[in-house]
This record gives sequence, C-alpha cells and structure tokens, in this order.
Amino acid sequence: MKRTTAVFLTVLLFAGACDGSSSTSGSGSSVPGVTDSEVVVGTHMPLTGPAAAGYSKIAPATKAYFDFVNANGGINGRKITYKVKDDAYNPATTQQVVRELVLQDKVFAILNGLGTPTHTGVLDFLKTNKVPDLFVASGSRNWNQPDKYPGTFGFNPDYTVEGKILGTYVKQNLAGKKACFLGQDDDFGKDSLAGIEKTLGPVAAKQSYVTSNPNVGPQMGALKAAGCQVVLMATIPGFTALSIGTAAKIGFKPQFVVSNVGADPATVSKALGAAAPLLEGVVSTNYLPLTTDDASPWIQLYKKVNAQYNNNAEFDNNVVYGMSVAYLFVQSLQNAGKDLTRDSIIDAVQKNGFKGPGLVPLRFSATDHAGYGGEQLTTVKNGKAEFFGQAYTTDDGDGAVQPYTAQPVTPPQNGIPAA
Amino acid sequence: MTDVEEKRAAAAVPEIVRRRKRIWPVVPIVIGALLVVLLTYTLPPFRNYQLATIGAYFTVTAGLTVLTGLNGQLSLGHGALMATGAYTFALTQNRWLHTPVSFVAAILVTTLAGVVIGLAAARLRGPYLAGLTLAVAVVVPSVTSTFDETFNSDMGLSVALDPPPGTIPMERWQAWLCWTGALVTVLSLATLVRGRFGRDLRAVRDDETAARLAGVDVARTKVLAFVVSAACAGLAGALFAVLAQSVSPGAFPLTLSLFLVMAIVIGGLGRLVGALLGAVLLVALPALAQSAGESSGSQHLEGNLALVVFGVVLVVVMLAAPGGLASIRFNLWRKR
Repeated sequence: MKRTTAVFLTVLLFAGACDGSSSTSGSGSSVPGVTDSEVVVGTHMPLTGPAAAGYSKIAPATKAYFDFVNANGGINGRKITYKVKDDAYNPATTQQVVRELVLQDKVFAILNGLGTPTHTGVLDFLKTNKVPDLFVASGSRNWNQPDKYPGTFGFNPDYTVEGKILGTYVKQNLAGKKACFLGQDDDFGKDSLAGIEKTLGPVAAKQSYVTSNPNVGPQMGALKAAGCQVVLMATIPGFTALSIGTAAKIGFKPQFVVSNVGADPATVSKALGAAAPLLEGVVSTNYLPLTTDDASPWIQLYKKVNAQYNNNAEFDNNVVYGMSVAYLFVQSLQNAGKDLTRDSIIDAVQKNGFKGPGLVPLRFSATDHAGYGGEQLTTVKNGKAEFFGQAYTTDDGDGAVQPYTAQPVTPPQNGIPAA
Repeated sequence: MTDVEEKRAAAAVPEIVRRRKRIWPVVPIVIGALLVVLLTYTLPPFRNYQLATIGAYFTVTAGLTVLTGLNGQLSLGHGALMATGAYTFALTQNRWLHTPVSFVAAILVTTLAGVVIGLAAARLRGPYLAGLTLAVAVVVPSVTSTFDETFNSDMGLSVALDPPPGTIPMERWQAWLCWTGALVTVLSLATLVRGRFGRDLRAVRDDETAARLAGVDVARTKVLAFVVSAACAGLAGALFAVLAQSVSPGAFPLTLSLFLVMAIVIGGLGRLVGALLGAVLLVALPALAQSAGESSGSQHLEGNLALVVFGVVLVVVMLAAPGGLASIRFNLWRKR
C-alpha cells in the first residue's frame, strides 16, 4: 500500500505541475478572449463519430472564412481565432470541451456549437459563466428562451417553422393524397411533426426511428401498408438515404418531402450510391444559397474563400452553412463596435438588421432568439437541388405561412461586411 | 503443550497481520483525501473538472479491476451499468431533487441489475461471458428508445442539480463529490479484497475446481464479485450524471466499456493503483491527443488521434511491462 500512496502522490502532483504552466497565460484585458489584436471564440463539433459525416466540414469552412477576414486586416484591428474542439457528438465530451474552452482557453464566446442533445447540456454552464452562446447549429426551439438563457441564440430555422412550410406545400400541391410522416425520435422529429400538423392537419400514419438502429424496414413497411402517397420526413442524411432506399426495395413509391437537415443531394446520393437516381423529384427546403447556383454572388464568394483557405474542400451545403455562420458572426462583431464586450455583442445581435446570404430575415430581437424565420422549397432535378416557387416566413406558433418577396442582397465588393 | 503453544503462536501472527492489513488502506485514503482537497484549492476550475472526471472514472475502474483482475470475469458491459446508474440518478433527482437519495437509488438499482447479470454470468466463462456483457452494452440504448416516454430516447434527460453549498465553485464541488465516491469505493474494495473474500476471488480465478474442493462457493463468489463491481459502476454513472448534468445513450457508448477494460489493462490488472493510473489515462490521453492535434494544425484527425494514442500506449505498455503500469518496479528506489 506504500506504493499506492506513492503513485497516488506522484499522479496528483503531476496533475498539479502540469497545470502551473498553462494557467499563467492570462490576458490583461477585462473581457475574456478579447485583446486589442485578437478575439478568441470556440466551438464544439462532431469531427469524428456517428454524426461526423458532413457535419465535420462546417467548422473548417467557418475557420476558412475567418482566415480570409484576418488576411484582410481583421475586424476593428482584431484577428479572429477560432478554436474547434471535437466532441464526437457525445454530450459527456461536450461538457468537457466546452469547459476547457471557457475556463482554460478563456474564449470570448461559443459560436455555432452543434447538436441538440450535446448543446442542451451546456446551456446552464454557459449561462452561469455569462458566455455569449451564438448561433447554435440546430433547429431546436431550446435556443429561443431569452428569459431563461439570455445569451443563447439559434441559427437554423426551427423545425416547427420548417414543418409548417412543408405542410403548407403538401396541402396546396398534393391535396387529397394520403400524407404520412417519418421522424427521428427526438425534438427534431417531434417539433417537425407539430409544425406539419399545424398546417396540414393530422397525418394518416406516423413512424419514428432512432439513430442507433439503422434499419427502417418495419417503418417503411407500415407506411406502405397504410397506403401513404406522400411521406414527410424529419430525417438526418443517412436515414433519408436509408428510408428512400428501403422504400424502393419494397416497391413503395410515394412523394418524399424531406427536411432540409437531411436533404443535401451531395450527401444523400453519396450514401445511396448507385441508387442515387431515386432522389429525383424529392421535395425539400433551404434558406441559404444552393451550392449548385453558380450565378449567386454568395456562392462565387464562398467558392473563392474555399479555394484559398479551405484546401478546396468538396463544396457542399455544409461549406455554405459554415461560411454563412462566419459571415453572420463578423457582422455581429462589426455591429458591436470597437469597444467589444460580451454585453455589446449580445446587444448587437438583438438589434438584428443583418443582411446576408439568407433568403429570409433572421428573427433576432430582445424577446426572440430564434434564427432564420423561413425557407424556400427545392426539388431535385438531374441530381441537383433547385429552388421553385417563392420563400415563405412563419413563426413556431399559430402565425400564418406568408410569402416573403424582398430581393436577396449581394455580398459587399471585398466579401467582408462593414459596420 | 508445545502443540498448543505453536497453535497459539500461529494464530497470533495472522491476528497482527490481519489488523495491519485492516488499518493500512485507511492511510493512503486519508492522504488521498487531503491531497484532493489541497488540489481543488490550488487548481483552476477546468483542472478541477478534469480531476473530478478522474475521480468518476476511478470509481468504476476500481470495481472493474477487482472483477476482471482478481476474479477473472471479463465484462464488456460496464458502460451499460454506468448508464443504469446515471439514468436512475437523473430520474430520482428530477423527481425529488435530493442528491443523497438519488445516489443511493442509483447504487441500489445498479446493484440489482448486477445481481441479474451476475447470476447469468456465473454460469458462463471466457468469451461467452464477454458476449453476454457486450449484449448488455448494446441493449441499453434501445431500452431508452423503446420506453421513450420515460427516458426521452436519444435526446436523454437533463439532470437537475442543487447548487453547491455556500460559495463553493461548481467545479470544486464536483471534484469533491467524485473523489468522495472514488475514495469510499476504493476503501471498501481494499478492505474487502484483503479478507477472505479476496482469497476466494483469486482462488476461483486461478482454478475453479481447486477452489470448490477447498470449500469455496464458486457461484456465490462470482455473483458477489459481479454485484460489487456493478455497484461501483452505478455510483460512477451517477457521478457522470453530476458531471455532465445530463444523461443520454450517447454518453455511454460501447467504446466507453471497451476503454474501461483497456484502462485497467494498461494500468495493471487487479491492482487498485492500476485502476487509478487507468482513470488518469482515460482523461489525460484524449486531452494530450487533442492538444497535439491542435499544435500540429490538424483539423480532422483530432478525435481519431486519441484512439491511436491509446492503442500505441497499450502496445508499448504491454511490451515493456506485461503486468501494466502498476507492475513497473523502480529498482533505483528499491536498492537504496
């Protein structure tokens, strides 16, 4: 037992010694993560693990845009440092890495932390430490609780808003057909279904799946047996592919209407492989420029940044998403002004008025912390998603689904938003 | 006459030895407790959180190393037992918001689960036992989705926690809770394995037939070993719930169970010191791998790098010290 004590002592002292070196680097500024020449922000992302497919490309894209801004002088003389921590989509790891970012690396804010179960766990921690929690990468309505979590803001249109828009589409264009639903067994599926039923009325049949069980045979079988002609889906990319593939195998050919979360044609057709043509005609939505739209000045800008600062990564929805988040954060920094504090950036976001790549406005205000307020419908033609019709906005309550007609803006000449 | 004296002498020696053995574990535990308190006051908050995580891991690796190292039963399902403890803790805590009661409930429920699995496990050995426990590890996530009204499926539950008493920072409080759990566990285990129970465990591990001939109840010993280690896992699970303030199937993946086994093997099977070293590695290696990845500018390899580092450490340790890190003898010290 003497050795136990010795080892115990050594280990604990080692832990203590390790620490001494790293804790001494404190900045003189009173605002954590902000100096005259730098602002440090952090994020947690699944770079590995079950959710890494596709999503692992977001943070590098965000970082690439920041590098582009830094190369052009930064914001108010400050360069943006983006610390990306891998949480493998495991809530326990998220706790660990977010604490590391906040307590150890002293980041100014958490930007675009990804995932509903993962990010829900750190809301209280970020609140107690008064860390701005900007533009969470998920469409859960959890982020929109300004009374409870004054520093947390969403980015994606929430799943209920999307559900209402999809429901309206089905009601207007596929009237009289038997509509059914397949959703993920969490807030994603539940919120989406709530939105769909608000505009479409009760669906004829509903099924759910869990990500830990990659077999949707029973679900698709039940939907076929119920005689469904339209299947609305709140699924992540892998399960969109799985569901469409399984349906084809059992000779079930309904019209698929899929949430934007799981409809990126590049990601889904990769999963479908040779069966990629099954995607033709699938209806979905989007709220950011489409990757295939080379005429869009936003896509031109993003492609340029992607080539210069992101090792020319394969250009898909995730890259567009990551850069759009970065663009919005740069706008927030500009609006917060030279005298950057945690309060000033929250005020700047709440003031809103952002004009960017989004097809619809952001909803931010002092009483609303939800992100984009609407979407436009897309359909897959020749393997590429295309917009059709017009954009719609709505809320997550009983508000009507309204067409949004304002013209999209173009990015500034140099690609960097001004104050 | 001489015969009696001899007998008395023979009886007297073990008496002293026994008493020495009973007292000994207390000393390092007390020193450990003092050190932990000292460290929580000197370390910054994030290091306190890591210290707390080591404590939580130590709680489960200590139980597992007794089961696997001393009794020879390989469990690949301890992550699932931790999940049982964590979910029980979350459910009771969200209902009554009484931390001690929730801890007790978590340990009790997991112990019960341990009895059930242990009864089945006592009839199996080697790969069959590993298979059974593996099945347990796989089944737990589907339980959460089958009864999603209670367990909220993949989203999991958030855990309501009382704020720490007084002005103690959250991270220091978590470190105290976790290390109280760990030290109590280690003290109980050390006391337990020093007595007859420990001898039975080893006897069953080495040769079941010989143990049975010597009057050891093999089945009972095996079940008890499993139950004891399950209780430790349950407590560790509850501590994880306190640390993460949420429980979900994603926090207790199959890899967690495998990592636990790897940790006790690297640390040194059957030794509590080894369990401590394993727990430290479980926290330190991923952190080291991540900072190595960051400093090399790599973006995509960080997560996988931890696995690589773990694998390399396992191979190196097994080559250099087949008995694990705890078996390395510091000859220089000894000679003096």
